[in-house]
Amino acid sequence: MNQPASAYFLEERHDPNETHTLSVLVANEPGVLARVIGLFSGRGYNIESLTVSETESQKHVSRITIVTTGTPMVIQQIKHQLDRMIPVYQVVDMTLTGKSIERELAMVKVKGSGDQRIEAMRLAEVFRARVVDATNESFVFEITGGTSKINQFVDLMRPIGLVEVSRTGVAAIGRGPERM
Amino acid sequence: MSDSKRHAPQQMTGAAMIVRALVDHGVKHIFGYPGGAVLPVYDEIFQQSDIEHILVRHEQGAGHAAEGYARSTGKPGVVLVTSGPGATNMVTPLTDALMDSIPLVCITGQVPTHLIGNDAFQECDTVGITRPCTKHNWLVRNVDDLAKVLHEAFYVATTGRPGPVVVDVPKDVQFATGTYTPPRKSDVHVSYKPQVKGDAGQIRKAVSLLVNAKRPVIYTGGGIINSGRDASKTLRALVEATGFPITSTLMGLGAYPASGKNWLGMLGMHGTYEANMAMHDCDVMLCIGARFDDRITGRTDAFSPGSKKIHIDIDPSSINKNIRVDVPIIGDAGNVMADLLQAFKAEGKAPKIDPWWFEIGRWRARNSLAYKKNNDVILPQFAIQRLFEATRGRDTYITTEVGQHQMWAAQFFGFEEPHRLMTSGGLGTMGYGLPAALGAQVAHRDSLVIDIAGDASVQMTMQEMSTAVQHELPIKIFILNNQYMGMVRQWQQLLHGNRLSHSYSEALPDFVKLADAFGCVGIQTTKPSDLDGAIKEMISVKKPVLFDCRVAALENCFPMIPSGKAHNEMLLPAEANDDATAAAFAGGKALV
Repeated sequence: MNQPASAYFLEERHDPNETHTLSVLVANEPGVLARVIGLFSGRGYNIESLTVSETESQKHVSRITIVTTGTPMVIQQIKHQLDRMIPVYQVVDMTLTGKSIERELAMVKVKGSGDQRIEAMRLAEVFRARVVDATNESFVFEITGGTSKINQFVDLMRPIGLVEVSRTGVAAIGRGPERM
Repeated sequence: MSDSKRHAPQQMTGAAMIVRALVDHGVKHIFGYPGGAVLPVYDEIFQQSDIEHILVRHEQGAGHAAEGYARSTGKPGVVLVTSGPGATNMVTPLTDALMDSIPLVCITGQVPTHLIGNDAFQECDTVGITRPCTKHNWLVRNVDDLAKVLHEAFYVATTGRPGPVVVDVPKDVQFATGTYTPPRKSDVHVSYKPQVKGDAGQIRKAVSLLVNAKRPVIYTGGGIINSGRDASKTLRALVEATGFPITSTLMGLGAYPASGKNWLGMLGMHGTYEANMAMHDCDVMLCIGARFDDRITGRTDAFSPGSKKIHIDIDPSSINKNIRVDVPIIGDAGNVMADLLQAFKAEGKAPKIDPWWFEIGRWRARNSLAYKKNNDVILPQFAIQRLFEATRGRDTYITTEVGQHQMWAAQFFGFEEPHRLMTSGGLGTMGYGLPAALGAQVAHRDSLVIDIAGDASVQMTMQEMSTAVQHELPIKIFILNNQYMGMVRQWQQLLHGNRLSHSYSEALPDFVKLADAFGCVGIQTTKPSDLDGAIKEMISVKKPVLFDCRVAALENCFPMIPSGKAHNEMLLPAEANDDATAAAFAGGKALV
């Protein structure tokens, strides 16, 4: 193998990337989100989406949902690295469990007049998006669904007069009666 | 104080709680440097006699001293520093301790809570800065949380995979009065549960691989030393029972004795030929408490291609990080080894591996650590061999700095017991060895503590000689002085067309005069024939010593796995053509 002069072994990895959704239960204490984000930036992992909120306030437990990409070895590393953090209770790979529901919410602002408004409303109906604000020249739609559904809706709104989008990122939960 | 009183909650100030918690955790020595934001704690230290405080000259020195203390005792090292620069100066030792899994408890002062975030004098975001270089850290905003956090800090630092922790305590919290409760089990995060015992099914799988192995090798690391002295005993019993060859990383040296008959020497980039060849050609690899880091594996896609790999580690994130293994076992090295040994013995047969030993014998015969004798100048390898001979049978602790001398120390100093080598393996911190020697000497007042140093590294923390004099710590700084940053130069020679960019020290201090200035003893030697006498003098002096051992300037460290190469592509000294390298500099900067 030829490589430039280096004290390190330079090696490209060729394993294909996978996208995984991880649910992480953490103690809701100061700095916990910074720890998680710092882990990803410090070790060069990707964050496609990250959502966090306290879910059990009396136990001070928050749930972080992270969508990440990497080779299978990197995904396994991410899970172990998260799991060994002191305030992390549990890490579940929702993609591996294979029976989780993933949703996000987006608010989509569209500007237009005449036929553009009618087309926007028609598409919104198809996508089951709700109007949460309206003026004579604009709508704000609220839409929930999987990431690809929201992407599709946003793409359709673009030629009509898309102004801006605010998205929550993905929240995930397993199907069935059990907790994670 | 009666026992029941000792265990009852008590009212006291935050500063008093800190000292009390240290006492309750059995701390006898702390390393530190005072400053505005820790003065209340220093005031408490002044008024007690349970804990001895070692005053360093720079906070980095305190950190490395605490590392040396921890590594040589198996107990946590404790550091006390002030806010702002005190905390930022600790970043290097904290990172060093994280990389090498050394238990440190670092208490930092912080500006008063109402000033946090105000860019106050000597304020910095200590928990933010140290978050990536600690196992965990805490900012304590309420005095009633302080005792619990301190107890948790000790628990987190010393259990599981050990590591450094920081407790940041604002000055108003140190002054405030609150309730102190002694350590209890419930002090710990319920989310933190390190796994100690290995899975029985995995251990069975491992044993079935081991009993059927034809070409096995045991590859051990610092995890065995961290696991405690019993782990090293178990390892020796395991090697005895299996008859397998054993190699180790830098961090694991001493767990198995260098004089043991199954010892192959250190492996990796500057490991022995036999160790690396055994790793490459083995059919079963038993890795215990090591992490397949890049100095060990060489080219990962050609790493030990034909072997089944068993990996015992307490940290699940170490498994499959660099190298895919077949049988991972999560658990404490000592605990799992004991179970493994029992299961192995129950099988009742050790595999016959005579042909494998024969092959290893052929690799050994290449004598990969050989160097040409020289009667005119001291060769660094020779200096370490003589030092080793002079310290045989003595109660000796060795620390090193980072560079060529570190690798030579690993190659030529035979470590017989665990906890005897303190070195910066993961982070590679030049300047580690001198303060680490201080720490080891504090823990072992009557032992011989030697820092095998390089002239470049030792200048990074030289100020701590003053600490050694103040606290009467007779550390010996054995400087292999080649006037170069030797390892940097070696890489420049091998990889950068001999362009020695800034790896030569144009102006070195006179180490003998420097020793005099510090109030310790300076010794210089330039001739091989004077070396033994000078070493003897160094050992017999009851004061700190700076030993300026002038060595061959252009000697390089071999054998070596060149970059991008596998274990079976080592460069041996005979092939490295050292003379050609030296000839390029003859009459120029050749210094000896």
